[in-house]
Amino acid sequence: MSKESKNGTPAGSGKNGRGDKNPVLAVDIGGIFMKNPVTVASGTFGFGPEYAPYVDLNRLGAVVVKGITLRPRPGNLPPRIVETPAGMLNAIGLQNPGVDHLVTEILPYFKQFDVPVIVNIAGETVEEYASLAGKLDRVAGIAGLEVNISCPNVKKGGMQFGSDPLTAAEVVRAVRAATGLPLVVKLSPNVTSITAVAAGVAEAGADALSLINTILGMAIDVKRRRPVLGTVTGGLSGPAVRPVAVRMVWQVYKEVKLPIVGMGGIMSAADALEFILAGAAAVAVGTANFVNPRATMDVLEGIEAYLVENGVRDINKLVGAAHG
Amino acid sequence: MSVLAEARILKQEEVAPGCHRMLLQAPEAAGRAAPGQFMHVRCGSSADPLLRRPLSVHDVDRGKGTLTLLYRAAGRGTALLAGLGPGAGISLMGPLGRGFSLPAGAGLRVALAAGGIGVAPLYFLLKELVSRDFFVYVLVGAQTAEDLLCGDDFKLLGSRTSFATDDGSCGHKGPVTDLLESLLASGGVDLVYACGPPPMLKRVAGLLTGTGVPGEISLERHMGCGVGACLSCVCKVRSGAYRRVCADGPVFPVEEVVWE
Ligand SMILES: Cc1cc2nc3c(=O)[nH]c(=O)nc-3n(C[C@H](O)[C@H](O)[C@H](O)COP(=O)(O)OP(=O)(O)OC[C@H]3O[C@@H](n4cnc5c(N)ncnc54)[C@H](O)[C@@H]3O)c2cc1C
Ligand SMILES: Cc1cc2nc3c(=O)[nH]c(=O)nc-3n(C[C@H](O)[C@H](O)[C@H](O)COP(=O)(O)O)c2cc1C
Ligand code: FES
Repeated sequence: MSKESKNGTPAGSGKNGRGDKNPVLAVDIGGIFMKNPVTVASGTFGFGPEYAPYVDLNRLGAVVVKGITLRPRPGNLPPRIVETPAGMLNAIGLQNPGVDHLVTEILPYFKQFDVPVIVNIAGETVEEYASLAGKLDRVAGIAGLEVNISCPNVKKGGMQFGSDPLTAAEVVRAVRAATGLPLVVKLSPNVTSITAVAAGVAEAGADALSLINTILGMAIDVKRRRPVLGTVTGGLSGPAVRPVAVRMVWQVYKEVKLPIVGMGGIMSAADALEFILAGAAAVAVGTANFVNPRATMDVLEGIEAYLVENGVRDINKLVGAAHG
Repeated sequence: MSVLAEARILKQEEVAPGCHRMLLQAPEAAGRAAPGQFMHVRCGSSADPLLRRPLSVHDVDRGKGTLTLLYRAAGRGTALLAGLGPGAGISLMGPLGRGFSLPAGAGLRVALAAGGIGVAPLYFLLKELVSRDFFVYVLVGAQTAEDLLCGDDFKLLGSRTSFATDDGSCGHKGPVTDLLESLLASGGVDLVYACGPPPMLKRVAGLLTGTGVPGEISLERHMGCGVGACLSCVCKVRSGAYRRVCADGPVFPVEEVVWE
């Protein structure tokens, strides 16, 4: 408690540039209650234990696990990664042990923590998305589903579902019918109009949106005169994509009234605040985890310090604040 | 368990053309590292180059709390590292990965085969083996005599060291695997460890096939996270599955690896 509030002045009034020492950080992402707005981007944080030596998982707003499919997937032929200017291309191809393994072997790990777990799901057909959601519907320890309709690295499904507002809505309707869990729908940036897709999935029953997934790109090895990645193209992530991601969050916030989880190149609290000011109610740290395994904590602590310094009592007051 | 720490450079020197040895004050990592493990190293603090570089633990001095890296300036990241002097700090993550398994039996005869910069993890391994009284043959290969790394260090540890160079300027003329082939033919080896470029490791795998002599090799893959989270660094193993070089390796039993 700050001195001001003891004296009866509202805490965090910001009059002298100093606010409440404990600003409100909690956010509600379509029914997923997060104690703070900082989570991780699917596929960059493994299933959680990988980063436990560096991060107290209890301090995260939520953990989003690696994308899961109905059956195990071996993933793409290597090489699967190439560094690019201030970023990287990946073509993992959704390598994962399948949903049954997730339920029996991975989710129990989280019993020791007090953190919402969001399961990222991907399918090759609308039916697959629905049966995945159905399988996870009554599984204990899941706070919500993130529906990945935007993976650029799989031959069938993935981004195809996210690039057309009607197909995107069809997937979401099917998933909605199969589960009562909160649904965060993850949008692809590889579209002409992200607001059209966002509006489509909102209409179909999404509770929240997350954006952006990686941007389709490629790199060529000039010595070998061949594409670097085994799959030719891959998904671009890291600081290089941030301006694109911020722009898309800005646009979607204006058009669609659903909570947004913003991501794309967030390395620091200042980066995260850009997303929040553009309209994201929560932020996900992705590629930055590889560079700085404590990036989530740095972002969280930096946001908290910003709120205190600027006399903002509640993070929710900043969401979309740049729109004026 | 791995730690994230800022380490101070105590000393850095170019030990062969383009090859650098960096001595770091890194007590926690030095205390925990085992031979074959690696450090995930940030090459500066800018967003470009973005990713960390995996470098093997070359040596540790637990008493002094120091850790040594031996690396070739291969591209942009390692060139940045090579430009740093004493006093500079770098961000280290590690030790990471599963290193060499150290044999339990006494009196075993062990061969270490290193190609080029592949000596980096083998020096630490040799120290450990020597301290356990194993008889060790060290086979070191390089392009030319001046590219040979650590030859004197190996000799100082009392191992039997032989050299191979592509141009014959030192020791045997030809690949280091020729030396291993003769040694295996003499029947004097119970166990082999190898690190070097892929063609060399593939040859080692071929030489060991059917001999009954077990071997372990350390693999390199381009890495993202270094901790098993991103699935960037996979290699195919005999079962047909992909394993993560950063977390399930980098050291694998030689017969496990599928050469694609
Ligand atoms: C487990 C492990 C241990 C290693 N130990 C050593 C060591 O002790 N000494 C040493 O000199 N080298 C070692 N290497 C190789 C070293 O990581 C690369 O030479 C280094 O990453 C090249 O980075 P760069 O920026 O100089 O080159 P660039 O070519 O500019 O790098 C571009 C990207 O490719 C990656 N990359 C390029 N070559 C390799 C490679 N051979 N292996 C993995 N990633 C690569 C880089 O990490 C970076 O992401 C090791 C690799 C692995 C996987
Ligand atoms: C190696 C890697 C694997 C990823 N795997 C997934 C995945 O399985 N499911 C998914 O929805 N997004 C996946 N993504 C996308 C990220 O979750 C995120 O949307 C994207 O990387 C942008 O954020 P960033 O720039 O902070 O990494 C992956 C990204 C990377 C780099
Ligand atoms: S580098 Fe991320 S899993 Fe190996």
